[in-house]
Amino acid sequence: MKIQVMGPGCPKCAEAEKNVKEAVAEAGIEAEVIKVSDFQEIASFGVFSTPAVAIDGEVKVVGKAPSKKDVLKWLK
Amino acid sequence: MSNCSCSCGTAPKYVVSCSGAADVGEVSDRAARELSRQGKVKMFCLAGIGGRISGMLKSAEAADLLIAIDGCPLGCASKTLEEAGFSGFEQVELHTLGLKKGESPVSQEHINIVIEEATKHITG
Repeated sequence: MKIQVMGPGCPKCAEAEKNVKEAVAEAGIEAEVIKVSDFQEIASFGVFSTPAVAIDGEVKVVGKAPSKKDVLKWLK
Repeated sequence: MSNCSCSCGTAPKYVVSCSGAADVGEVSDRAARELSRQGKVKMFCLAGIGGRISGMLKSAEAADLLIAIDGCPLGCASKTLEEAGFSGFEQVELHTLGLKKGESPVSQEHINIVIEEATKHITG
């Protein structure tokens, strides 16, 4: 599983990354968490605002940091 | 947050246009682009919604305001949004502004009529 956390690195983006990593650890699954900060790459997802999270190429959230609970739901 | 260059915490305002083949489609498109250039709203790709691109759908969901500009009574822009599950968006219909398909050449005057109407829906 490939999880991309999009954002330039502001507190909300860092929160999104933290929650994703915690959820992955809690779920006990094997997933590669990648931070994407390049705007061209973010735009290639059709994402217009950040933070955003994509799992295996499918964007799950845009414009807010998901909670750990949200991420756990997506990982199921 | 002073160095934050992202759009975190700011819900965007988007406008989509039918951008159809007829004169009114082009007027709609040009009005949406001009509104976007003016910075009042940001033009958003309706095709991305129709194509169910996940990033586009989620980006549109995160919007504070969504305006659909429909060139003719078929209402394709609005229907595309509805089919994708969106509701509560604003609608600008050119035919209600007196711009009829096949009888409304692309002119700045017509574009301005649409811009003026769309601007009424933009708050904040």
